[in-house]
Amino acid sequence: MNRDSNGYTFGFAAAMVVVVASVLAFTASSLKDLQQDNVRKEKMQNILATIGVETDRDGAEQLFNQYITAQLALRNDGSVDTEVSAFSDVNLAIEIKKDPSDQRFPLYVANVSDNDYYIIPLRGAGLWDAIWGYVALESDKNTIKGAVFDHKAETAGLGAEITQEWFMNRFVGEKVFDSNGKLVGIAVSKTNNDPKDLDKNDHEVDAISGATITGDGVSDMILERLSHYLPYLSNTNQTIAFNE
Amino acid sequence: MSAKKSKKPIILFVGKEREPLFSKKNRVLLKDPLDDNNPITVQVLGICSALAITVQLKPAVVMTLSVIAVMAASNVIVSLLRNLIPNRIRIIVQLVVVASMVILVDQVLRAYAYDVSKQLSIFVGLIITNCIVMGRLEAFALGNGVWRSFLDGVGNALGYGMMLILVAFFRELFGSGKLYGFQVIPEAFYELGYVNNGFMLLSPMALITVGLIIWLQRARNRKLIEKN
Repeated sequence: MNRDSNGYTFGFAAAMVVVVASVLAFTASSLKDLQQDNVRKEKMQNILATIGVETDRDGAEQLFNQYITAQLALRNDGSVDTEVSAFSDVNLAIEIKKDPSDQRFPLYVANVSDNDYYIIPLRGAGLWDAIWGYVALESDKNTIKGAVFDHKAETAGLGAEITQEWFMNRFVGEKVFDSNGKLVGIAVSKTNNDPKDLDKNDHEVDAISGATITGDGVSDMILERLSHYLPYLSNTNQTIAFNE
Repeated sequence: MSAKKSKKPIILFVGKEREPLFSKKNRVLLKDPLDDNNPITVQVLGICSALAITVQLKPAVVMTLSVIAVMAASNVIVSLLRNLIPNRIRIIVQLVVVASMVILVDQVLRAYAYDVSKQLSIFVGLIITNCIVMGRLEAFALGNGVWRSFLDGVGNALGYGMMLILVAFFRELFGSGKLYGFQVIPEAFYELGYVNNGFMLLSPMALITVGLIIWLQRARNRKLIEKN
C-alpha cells in the first residue's frame, strides 16, 4: 500500500480521529462519577475544615451530614430561595459573573457542640487565575472561626502559599465588622506591624512576601462576598451601617 | 511428531537470534540520556517546563513520574504504528498520540489520585508542549522497535526528571528552606539572621541553576566539550 497517497493519508487521519475520540470519550465518561465524587467530597472537606473539623475525603460525607444543619441559597435581600440547592446547584464560578440581584448566595449553617457557625463560600481573582475558599463566622456573625483558601494557578512558593495552614490560621479570631458595625472584611496587609498576628481587632493579617496581588485578591474576595450576605447577617446581628 | 520436531528448532533459532532484553546496546538507551546525552543539560530541550515546575520538589517528582508514563506509552504506540503512519502527517499523528496520553493520565489521576492531580493541575498540560516527548518520537520511535523505543522513552524521561529534581532540590532548599515541604533549615539559623533567598523561587534562578549544572557536568565529563 502506498503510504504517501492522499487517500491513505486521509483514511489514516480519519481512523485515528475516530479511535482517539472514542478512547478518550470512553475513559472520560467511565471515570466521570469517580471524579465528580472526589470534587464533591473535597468541597465537603473544605467546608468542614473551616469549623475545625478535620477529616479525610472518605469520611467527609458522613461528618458533613452530621454537622451541617442547613444549606441555604440566599437572595440579594437576605431571603432564602428554597428552589435552589446551595450545595449542588450553585456554582460560584458562574454565579459571580451574574448581576448580584440574580445571584444566589450559598450559606452553610453548622452546629458543633451547640455552637452555630455560618460558612460562606468565597471566590475571587488572584494573580493568574481564580482563587476561592470558605470562611466560617462564629455565632456572633462577626468573628472568624476558620478560613480555607485554594487557587487554580497562583505562583508555587509565593501566591500558592495561601493554601498553607499557617496563612489560613492567621484569619482565626479576626473580626469582619469594625466597632461601628461596618463591614470591613480582613485586609491582607504588608504594613500591619503585627507579623505574629496578636492583634485580633485590627481587621488585618500579615501578607506573604512576593504575593502582593494574590493577597490583595484574598482581601477583595472576602469583602466582596461578605457584603452580599449583609441583609442576612444583619437580621439578627448588631446594627450594621449599610452605607459604604 | 515430526511436525513438533521441526517446530522446536525454529523457536530455539528465533530465541538465539533475539538479543537479551537488557543487552549492552539496550542499556545504553537507558543510560545515555542520564549523562552523555541528557535532554536538558546536553540537548537543551524541555527547558521551559524545567523552569516552571522546579520551585518545589514535590511537583517535580510527580511531573517526572507523569512524563515517564507519557513518554514510555507514546513511544510504544508510535513505534507500533511506525510502518502505518503516513509520512506527511507524522507530526500531527505524534501530537495526537502525546495529547491523548496526557489526557488519559490526567483523567486517571483525577479519578484515582485526586490529591496528586491537584498538585500537578496545570503541569500535566505542559507535558504536551515538552519538546523532549515529540523529539524522541520523531528521532527514535519512528525508526525503532517497540522494546527499544520503550527503553528510550523511559531513559529520556529519567534524564529529564533527574535534572528537574536536582534543580528543584536547590531551589526549594535555598528559596524556602524546605525539602519536599518539610522545613530543613533550623529555626535557629533564621534567628541568627539567615534569610531565604526569594530570588531562587523565580524562573531566572532555574536557568542559572541549570547553567551551573551544565558547567559541573562538562567539567567532569570531558567528551561533552566541543572541540572549537
